[in-house]
Amino acid sequence: MSRLDLIQGNEACALGAIKAGVRFFAGYPITPSSEIAEIMARELPKCDGIFIQMEDEMGSLAAAIGARLAGKKAMTATSGPGFSLMQEHIGFAVMAETPVVVVNVMRGGPSTGLPTMPSQGDIMQARWGTHGDHPAIAFAPKDINETFWFTVEAVNTSEKMRMPVFVLMDEVLSHMREPMEIPDQVQTWEAPPIENPESPFLPFKEGTEAFAPVPIFGQGYRFHITGLTHRPDGFPTNDPNEIERKMLRFIKKMEILQSEILDKNPDMHYEKVELEDADVVIVAIGSVARVAQAAVEDLRSQDIKAGLLRPKVVWPFPEKPLKEIDGNVQAVFVAEMNQGQMVYEVERILKKTPVHKINQFNGMLMFPSKIVEAVKSTLR
Amino acid sequence: MATKKARTLRDLARMKRALAPGHRACAGCPFPVILKILMSATDDPLVIANATGCMEVTSTIFPYTAWPVPWIHNAFENAAATISGVESAYKALKRRGKIKTEKEIKFIAIGGDGGTYDIGLQSLSGAIERGHDFLYILYNNEGYMNTGIQRSSATPMYASTTTSPAGKVIPGKLQWRKEITDIMIAHQAKYVAQASPSHWVDFMKKVQKALETKGPTFINVISPCQPGWNYPPDMSIELARLAVESKYWILYEYRSDANNGLGGYKINYRPRKEVSIVEFLKPQRRYRHILDRPELIKDIEDHIRRNWERLERLEKELPLEE
Repeated sequence: MSRLDLIQGNEACALGAIKAGVRFFAGYPITPSSEIAEIMARELPKCDGIFIQMEDEMGSLAAAIGARLAGKKAMTATSGPGFSLMQEHIGFAVMAETPVVVVNVMRGGPSTGLPTMPSQGDIMQARWGTHGDHPAIAFAPKDINETFWFTVEAVNTSEKMRMPVFVLMDEVLSHMREPMEIPDQVQTWEAPPIENPESPFLPFKEGTEAFAPVPIFGQGYRFHITGLTHRPDGFPTNDPNEIERKMLRFIKKMEILQSEILDKNPDMHYEKVELEDADVVIVAIGSVARVAQAAVEDLRSQDIKAGLLRPKVVWPFPEKPLKEIDGNVQAVFVAEMNQGQMVYEVERILKKTPVHKINQFNGMLMFPSKIVEAVKSTLR
Repeated sequence: MATKKARTLRDLARMKRALAPGHRACAGCPFPVILKILMSATDDPLVIANATGCMEVTSTIFPYTAWPVPWIHNAFENAAATISGVESAYKALKRRGKIKTEKEIKFIAIGGDGGTYDIGLQSLSGAIERGHDFLYILYNNEGYMNTGIQRSSATPMYASTTTSPAGKVIPGKLQWRKEITDIMIAHQAKYVAQASPSHWVDFMKKVQKALETKGPTFINVISPCQPGWNYPPDMSIELARLAVESKYWILYEYRSDANNGLGGYKINYRPRKEVSIVEFLKPQRRYRHILDRPELIKDIEDHIRRNWERLERLEKELPLEE
């Protein structure tokens, strides 16, 4: 039996995580994400889960990684400044191939910035925030229902891919309330158990990049975890062949994600709205995508054939639907609440279509009229 | 140092250097009082670094500032690191004769308990170890009140907050407050004290002593929080007083160079009559779930007794003579 409830984005995120099997949350108060921690503090003990408030965001992600390596699905949630502090541990989770979900409720930046106002200024930080070559997966929900379901997907994808996964929300989404059907159960993915570990135990051997067991401490095998570049047995190496083998695992992960998950479920990767006959296409994510959708309707009522392409998973970026429209539309507009980040990705993919930026970075959610005017003045 | 003398509230009211009216602190918040006492304690020029927190947010909403002195906000975890840079640059400039004033500029960092006990502890520890000449003021409202009342490591045992909610099974926070004043003593900061806005003459004297002392100094000031502790807004100073009278908050000071470097302790205020901790707990709704749980109240009483006894022994063994 599902139940209908009027809930906030932060609540949807917390409830989605618990339904997806998250039983460990370590966090630190920061506006506008604090309610996620508050709900976890209240709800997790009821389902035999653990909530810990840490001394800062570095500790929060470190504890979540530790908890996952001890066998509990783990998550943390934060906002801009806290996401900055977490970057080192994001890299560690990538290197140690540890599933963990990091929710970033984006607020205006840089620095303390705008604690109570929305932005999409962390799109590139989610991709390249931690140092070194690394893969990245980021979900970008646009409403309360999606916040719930994308958090579930983030947990599952993180488990399948053995790596950290981000959920990029924003202040509008986190504090807005909408009705949603909360299901009793959701489909979860459990990493297969390790049976009869061979000696030496090779937790990072070929074939374990994704859909593989996640080694857990205390299960009878010697499991060595380090942020140093390591061999299949987990121990550090300076051997160029071994280094390359480890680094190629990251590329392999993203290939598997693309072929086994995203290509099979394009609906999970992106949404197309009125693209079939579109002359102009708007690309937007999150709460701005809703604004863009209103703009599309407005433009259509003025006989301008507009469409919307909305990445639901922003990293890896959906290249296929963009390549499909390349050369077949007059122009593409990238609408973002920042000074232009996702637009670089769109420009990189499109070879034949002019790309225009629509940016707003004053702490206010964009209005549809801004997009409508930008499109009309360009077409004119 | 140019110190000022204030003995009555009338004297204090006449003192000009204070947080300007119009700040957005909550009704009944005592930190404007704490800042008035702090800034009134001296005529010396002050530079203040303020960590992220309700004081920072409510005193500086654009285009206004309530601060009558140069003021810098950096981030949540780094008020002490920021003032380290300011103080070091000042020393260098002074050495090269580039500072015009003859007056001695004093450097103060201010943080709440979240920015001091938790995320800022590393930066404070570093600044004290390096020996910068500054005063750190901790205004301690025992939680992350600015972000909606979450527990901190200054939140006392059994207090209910949004991340240590009291329920049928768990009676609020399950850990004792970390004794950060002891941690500062362990750093051998030159002068360390606890104070309360209810005993403002004592607090002002402590500020003066700290500012007269060369090297790092630290004062931990209790700052009752109306929304966080959840009590009538006219009770803030009264609650601070009850905290002191019930020995929940001990007014004491420490000097690291006393007793030939062994250090010296002094309890500055000994309550004349016994005040039950219940008097302090009862007006605060963060404790309402334990008022009918005598075993939990006894835990708190025992903890208070242990802290008091420990400090009395330290004072007896290593007295601080003025």
